[in-house]
Amino acid sequence: MSKIKIENLTKIFGLRPEQALRMLDQGASNADIREKTKHAVGVADVSFEVKEGELLVVMGLSGSGKSTLIRCLNRLNEPTRGHIFVDGEDITGYDRDQLLKFRQRKISMVFQHFALFPHRTIVENAAYGLEIQGVAAEERQRRAVESLELVGLKGWENASPGQLSGGMQQRVGLARALAVDPDILLMDEAFSALDPLIRRDMQHELISMQERMKKTIVFITHDLDEALQIGDRIVLMKDGRVVQIGSPEDILNNPANAYVERFVENVDMSRVLTARSVMTRARVVAFPQDGPRTVLHKMKEENFASILVVKRDYTLLGAISLEKAAEAAKAGAQTIEGLIEEAPSVSPDEPLMNIINVMAGWRYITPVVDENTKVLGVVTRTALLSALAERTGNEAAPSSDQPQEPEA
Amino acid sequence: MIPQIPKFPLAHIIDVTLDWLTGNFSFITKAFSHGLSAVIDALVSGLLYLPPWLIILAVAALAWRMAGRRVAIFSLLGLLFLWNLRLWEPTVQTVTLVLISTLISVSIGLPLGIGAALSKRVSRVVMPVLDFMQTMPAFVYLIPAIPFFGLGAVSASVATVIFSMPPAIRLTALGIRQVPDDLIEAADAFGSSSRQKLFKVQLPMAVPTIMAGVNQTIMLSLSMVVIAAMIGAGGLGGEVWKAIQRLEPGKGFESGIAIVILAMILDRITQRIGRRSSTSAEIN
Repeated sequence: MSKIKIENLTKIFGLRPEQALRMLDQGASNADIREKTKHAVGVADVSFEVKEGELLVVMGLSGSGKSTLIRCLNRLNEPTRGHIFVDGEDITGYDRDQLLKFRQRKISMVFQHFALFPHRTIVENAAYGLEIQGVAAEERQRRAVESLELVGLKGWENASPGQLSGGMQQRVGLARALAVDPDILLMDEAFSALDPLIRRDMQHELISMQERMKKTIVFITHDLDEALQIGDRIVLMKDGRVVQIGSPEDILNNPANAYVERFVENVDMSRVLTARSVMTRARVVAFPQDGPRTVLHKMKEENFASILVVKRDYTLLGAISLEKAAEAAKAGAQTIEGLIEEAPSVSPDEPLMNIINVMAGWRYITPVVDENTKVLGVVTRTALLSALAERTGNEAAPSSDQPQEPEA
Repeated sequence: MIPQIPKFPLAHIIDVTLDWLTGNFSFITKAFSHGLSAVIDALVSGLLYLPPWLIILAVAALAWRMAGRRVAIFSLLGLLFLWNLRLWEPTVQTVTLVLISTLISVSIGLPLGIGAALSKRVSRVVMPVLDFMQTMPAFVYLIPAIPFFGLGAVSASVATVIFSMPPAIRLTALGIRQVPDDLIEAADAFGSSSRQKLFKVQLPMAVPTIMAGVNQTIMLSLSMVVIAAMIGAGGLGGEVWKAIQRLEPGKGFESGIAIVILAMILDRITQRIGRRSSTSAEIN
């Protein structure tokens, strides 16, 4: 079900937008409109929906209208034309009181430069929204502390914002937004002011928090890597208009036009592609009750240097190398127990970047497992390298100082 | 021959207007004058009833709390010196006038400043009036004050209020307008009403600037209260005035130095209030 539905939303900055609207309808460009009417086009005829529990990323360069768009969703910017439905109610028709209620309970916002109140302590900042709602002091204290715990800031309640690092300040910003338990979270370039390492951490935490909370999140960014990393779907904007809407895979694989394509070219594929996109089925595996000769046979048939050992239900037990199996067979051993080595595994959502690291310390195939350690497939060196080479035009193939093993 | 253009009768117009105002409204201002003068007298005699050493110790303690040890020691020694010069009574009179004028200035100036910060229309009316109030030579206010409020302390404090209010208004407006846009946006995004925004975000963040305005108001009050001795305000200014009339430079300097000491004490103590509040303000 759609949580937010945006219909033909247009925002023109200026006091008399009529002429600008007329020109827009006739298909004039933003530059022409600005020249003729001295009015700036923020958002032009944008329509899309955000599903309940979805993390939707609106992505575009500066001046693309994404910040204007997100501010229309809580009417910090008044829409000039069009409608925004939240839970089926048209919020563009709200009067002052309804609007305040809506902002207090349903929707909250995280800002690029944190926008914490310097005269309030951390816990008072986190409690701001509750205070505005008129929640009693005791309860808002409790909920603010809970919210701070959620973002990992336990123990900092009485510090002042100036004492915290950028990353921590933004956690406070997030805690302040979450404390009111809104349905919708607007995040305006929320991680853009943070340095890259902290930023990555915050992205991961946002994703794992979202797993539990299932809020509807609209996240603005100018960074495609970030968009691909965290977005369930991505809305790409340019000049106030939507250029493409789709899942990260859609956008990468079928860029809608040259503009999107240029964006996509610069993406670091090792960060974006995941194990799922390069794994192959594990067709031949060994079972613990197999004898060394059977295992050897399986490997030879497939020209494997190693083989995964799994239970009947495909739960991962480990791996056996060709050498070990051959030795055991020669020595006349009856079972392969004792030959099984522990094998590193990755989850299907693991970026290739991390798999490269795993493979650096492991000579054989890498199993991809689900949360119950059930084998879903395998990633081979060849598959990994060819996926990266294909998408990045060979130039960014990762160097590996490991000797190339014969592959599974 | 250039024909002579008759003089524009500005002085006459003002006189007639003021006459009309005094004729019709002085009963209100006189009543106000009686009330205020009773308050001032009560305060002065109350403060003079207490032993000077007690007040001096209290001020030193306040200075210690507000501004630290050095200011406390300076206040202690300075006030003891004033006592020793036999200037305790005029000092108390002057301080009382300064405090009352400041109180009135701030209680009018703060709301006006808030209004000017939040509404362009209010600002467009208030700001030119402030320019007028500040650039007009201070003595001029004394002249019409007399017919309205009579000679003495009340006229002095009314003229002082007019003269010393502008910084309270200006700096309140400035402090509120200086609150960063993204904080205003954050307050709006959480559904704050204009009232909540004012009391929870704008005013608390403007406190240091507002206190700087209050400090200036106090200093201007002090300088005006001294000038107002010309219309019988008494106090330290009155001592200076007497010394001028009797050509006694020694007495004049004595009182002058007393005013300087008083100014420094008032300034140092009130200067710190804003800074203290900016780190520990917790306004709900």
